[in-house]
Amino acid sequence: MKIKTLILATLALGITAAASAKSVELLNVSYDPTRELYQEFNSAFIKYWKAKTGDDVIIKQSHGGSGKQARSVIDGLPADVVTLALSADIDALYTNGRLLPQDWQKRLPQNSTPYTSTIVFLVRKGNPKGVRDWDDLVKPGVSVITPNPKTSGGARWNYLAAWGYARHKSGTEEAAQKFVAALYKNVPVLDSGARGATTTFVQRGIGDVAITWENEAFLALKEFGAGQFEIVVPSLSILAEPPVAVVDKVVKKKGTAGVAKAYLEYLYSDEGQDIAGRNFYRPRNPAVAAKYASVFPQLQLVTIDAEFGGWTKAQKTHFADGGVFDQIYAK
Amino acid sequence: MLLARTQRSVLPGFGLSLGFTLAYLGLIVLVPLAAAFLKTAGMSWPDFWAVASSPRVVASFKVSFGISLFAALVNAVFGLILAWVLVRYSFPGRRLVDGLVDLPFALPTAVAGIALTAIYAQNGWVGQWLDPLWARGIQRLSNLIPWVNWPEFLGVKLAFDRPGIFIALTFIGLPFVVRTLQPVLNELEPELEEVAATLGANRWQTMTRVVFPELMPALITGFALAFARAVGEYGSVVFIAGNMPMHSEITPLLIITKLEQYDYQGATAIAVVMLVASFVLLLCINLLQKWSRRYYRF
Repeated sequence: MKIKTLILATLALGITAAASAKSVELLNVSYDPTRELYQEFNSAFIKYWKAKTGDDVIIKQSHGGSGKQARSVIDGLPADVVTLALSADIDALYTNGRLLPQDWQKRLPQNSTPYTSTIVFLVRKGNPKGVRDWDDLVKPGVSVITPNPKTSGGARWNYLAAWGYARHKSGTEEAAQKFVAALYKNVPVLDSGARGATTTFVQRGIGDVAITWENEAFLALKEFGAGQFEIVVPSLSILAEPPVAVVDKVVKKKGTAGVAKAYLEYLYSDEGQDIAGRNFYRPRNPAVAAKYASVFPQLQLVTIDAEFGGWTKAQKTHFADGGVFDQIYAK
Repeated sequence: MLLARTQRSVLPGFGLSLGFTLAYLGLIVLVPLAAAFLKTAGMSWPDFWAVASSPRVVASFKVSFGISLFAALVNAVFGLILAWVLVRYSFPGRRLVDGLVDLPFALPTAVAGIALTAIYAQNGWVGQWLDPLWARGIQRLSNLIPWVNWPEFLGVKLAFDRPGIFIALTFIGLPFVVRTLQPVLNELEPELEEVAATLGANRWQTMTRVVFPELMPALITGFALAFARAVGEYGSVVFIAGNMPMHSEITPLLIITKLEQYDYQGATAIAVVMLVASFVLLLCINLLQKWSRRYYRF
């Protein structure tokens, strides 16, 4: 009898608790290097959301190559929000399945990118090959690690940064193409993703320089100790804008539109920006960015829109089948 | 023909079990494959041909089918020896070795790829000794026979080059040969060899006239399985191959590359070529097996 009452009481308690606090679940589909960033951000948002609405929110994360992640969402992975490496991959959600409106990038401030990053070099301790800028990467005898731009979003940024540098220096497209071709002649391994390339460089000991996301380079320093590697910042690089978006079709079905929107907006809050900075992404908010000014060196940054006419065009010219990148390897 | 056989069969339940077999095969095998064909059917013939015959795709076919064939051949030889030792001799730790054979089946292929790369890379346990040897061997070979482009053909490194692909494909294919041979070897009594010996056959004759004819069909099956598995392997190879276009890029990677560009049709076009090629090859191997069975019957 006593036990029965106890069970009943527990049940009743459970039910009332469930009734007062709603529990929602969000799935954030992201790309490889944001793992650590979103782990920290999610716990901050869960606290914030609980304090604001009293609701519990459970956030699940999925990480992988940016293009592969976008394809999973197109094929039916119910992502409430996507936080990917480049806008072309979120555009694909519009072109293949109309999962969100075409002008998704205008819905949040600053091109829907709450944080930015750039492309830098990671070299071995003491910089034995004396790498200072992009020109050093095409010298004979320097081995460069960068993933395959056809399978990796990060690698596309690497490629375009090199192209941007060469174009600014020489002024012509032909010279830029020659420069990039010479650079890829020095690449001994084309990994399929950014993390794979970092592993090849850091753990297999292949290559003299790795071209990589700034946050990935900082992470490598943090993981393996600053004694083993050094970051070299080139004179010019590209402003990498990894965008975020709510997937309308999914949130409408799941009824999570409000919390999904709040989740992304919280990335722009002071705390969200601070977490981004702590995880080596450049915060957009000038006040928070100032706090991290000593971490992120200033350098000349070109943008994809000004330099290449946007992702769609860059993708078509450079990375489509038979494009400029394929011509480098055509025999 | 089918009907006639149904009437003649004395075993009950033929209709039900055949229906179940067909439904199951259809659901598990045919429907997904048909989807690949359907997706390609949306392409025009010249488009299909342009994808299938582009230099990079053709180069990847050569790499994938060539190295898979070579790896399966090596597995056939060493798998036979392994199976022979495991069945014919009893020694301490035999069960352990027997269990080890299954590891490549059970291990996630990505884990296998990462482990192999770690071992055979220039700074790995084995790679730091073997890699320079390999490079020197290729150099010497090039001096000896200069009209073949050996560095291109065999690669100059172990990991991140063609030998790496070979290592990974040999690793994942081994259990197929061993596990198909073992039951047949178990059935093959040692007495047969003793009889051959008493009838005056020497060891070589016993091997070629008595043992091999019995093993041949199973060996060919094991070879075919190892080969088919190797052609489709992706997970372990991408880590160790280096993935250089026109040189060490396997066909499954090209399929992924196409998908990465949302080119579903291009991807399925390559997949269809692979499917048809694999099917034809397996069919040929099956015929060969049938022929060998008849040839060796006495």
